[in-house]
Amino acid sequence: MKSEHKNAIVADKIATVILYCIAGFFLLLLAGFTAYIIVKGIMAYQPGIFSFERTGIGVELFNTVYLVLISLIISVPIGVGAGIYMAEYAKAGKVTNYLRICIETLSSLPSIVIGLFGYLVFIYMTGSKYNLFAGALAVSILSLPLLTTVTEDAIRAVPSIYKEGSLAVGATHWQTIVQICLPVAMPRIITGIILAAGRGFGEAAALLYTAGMSSNVNPNIWNPFDPMSLLCPFRPGDTLALHIWALKTESMTPNADQIADFSAAVLLVLIFAFSLGSRILGARLDRKMSGK
Amino acid sequence: MDKIKFDTKSLDLFYGDFQALKSINIKICENEVTAFIGPSGCGKSTFLRCLNRMNDLIDSVKMKGEIIFDDKDINGDIDVINLRTRVGMVFQKPNPFPMSIYDNIAYGPKCQGLKDKRKLDTLVKESLTKAALWEEVKDRLNKSALGLSGGQQQRLCIARTIAMNPEVILMDEPTSALDPIATAKIEDLMSSLKKDYTIIIVTHSMQQAGRISDKTAFFLMGEIVEFDETPKIFTNPNDKRTEDYITGRFG
Repeated sequence: MKSEHKNAIVADKIATVILYCIAGFFLLLLAGFTAYIIVKGIMAYQPGIFSFERTGIGVELFNTVYLVLISLIISVPIGVGAGIYMAEYAKAGKVTNYLRICIETLSSLPSIVIGLFGYLVFIYMTGSKYNLFAGALAVSILSLPLLTTVTEDAIRAVPSIYKEGSLAVGATHWQTIVQICLPVAMPRIITGIILAAGRGFGEAAALLYTAGMSSNVNPNIWNPFDPMSLLCPFRPGDTLALHIWALKTESMTPNADQIADFSAAVLLVLIFAFSLGSRILGARLDRKMSGK
Repeated sequence: MDKIKFDTKSLDLFYGDFQALKSINIKICENEVTAFIGPSGCGKSTFLRCLNRMNDLIDSVKMKGEIIFDDKDINGDIDVINLRTRVGMVFQKPNPFPMSIYDNIAYGPKCQGLKDKRKLDTLVKESLTKAALWEEVKDRLNKSALGLSGGQQQRLCIARTIAMNPEVILMDEPTSALDPIATAKIEDLMSSLKKDYTIIIVTHSMQQAGRISDKTAFFLMGEIVEFDETPKIFTNPNDKRTEDYITGRFG
């Protein structure tokens, strides 16, 4: 008995040490990567790098934010709507199972496949040039399954006592969903939106043949219907992630490596800022509702 | 003779294959407190949830028989939303919505289309006053309801129900999650509310049924064994099983 007890304690200690080692290893790896990218980026800094000229990355930075915003405007209503449907309306049965398999399959499609599909449907079949909007559509297809699943889970996790309370005072199903379930589920849905946006920020393959690999804009034109304007979504536009790839593989610019390094750091900071902002917003919502 | 509010005629209820209620016949009178007692799983809560069609939420439930409310069978072709505004419900666990105290009360009327701010203000005040909560919360109406104590939350839920001006209030073990002082407050509230409302309460506590109810129904294994004036049930029941239960021989 005694020795068994001792063995259990030793095993417990060994397990703890091993788990700490694994966690520590990944933390170091992650910190190392981040530091490497940031430090290299800072060292590559040169005046005028944010400019909207050919040597700057201003246009790419703008394209990235713009494309992610457009894709969120498209994918959030559809994804959240689909999630609500799956959680509240879909009856258990063959159709729902089929739908679920579709969503799972879609979520594991390689992004280059989506990119080529986007090229076929949004560019080739519509007879248009590469454009940001087509890129945003492709990214939306990528993030839809994620948004749907996250919303469904979040709505399902709303305690049933809230729903019952709402129905018991004569609210309709829809009023209950909009005024009770959605606000309660919001912090989790926001997490899903952050993840979806993260995919957009980092996406390259899906944009190769949809948004295109170059930008040709005149930053002084403010009319969004002019294809030379920065604000026009129907113009070709490369994002930061794609720009980095292009610089590193085929650029003729002499300091391409430096620009790429700096772009990587900017992209990292951008994603970080977006996540942080959304989390603060989510926490504030949460605090407001729980009355702390 | 008192006016009958709910007239249930040979109601059977099934969860899938399991029969949870067997031929329930009961007439519930207006402006009285009716208590349902019985051991866990006897069907008393299930029956209570039939009265405002809360069982609609469960797919596997099937029912036979009639529940007549206001000359109409509520399982027939009626407006469920309208039924639920007239038959309110207070749940076992206090369930205020995660919003302000004011919005909790205003939620139901707003869902019915009431927008006038002044009318809403009056309604919130009246409901909270009737639920004996106004004095405690009047200075923090815009604070979250989740910051209230359990007893206050439950009175808020009662106020939320009152705000709909229902005819009947169903209470599903409303004090089982509360301490004795909060329980006493809710019980006082019930006796003052019975002037204006018909109250039906499910309770695990026989003392509670004895203290607050006019009539008591004893449920056992999905059947109503006995339904009578409360003093009669507790002092001189007709059925041996009722006597065994109230004297604590089982349950």
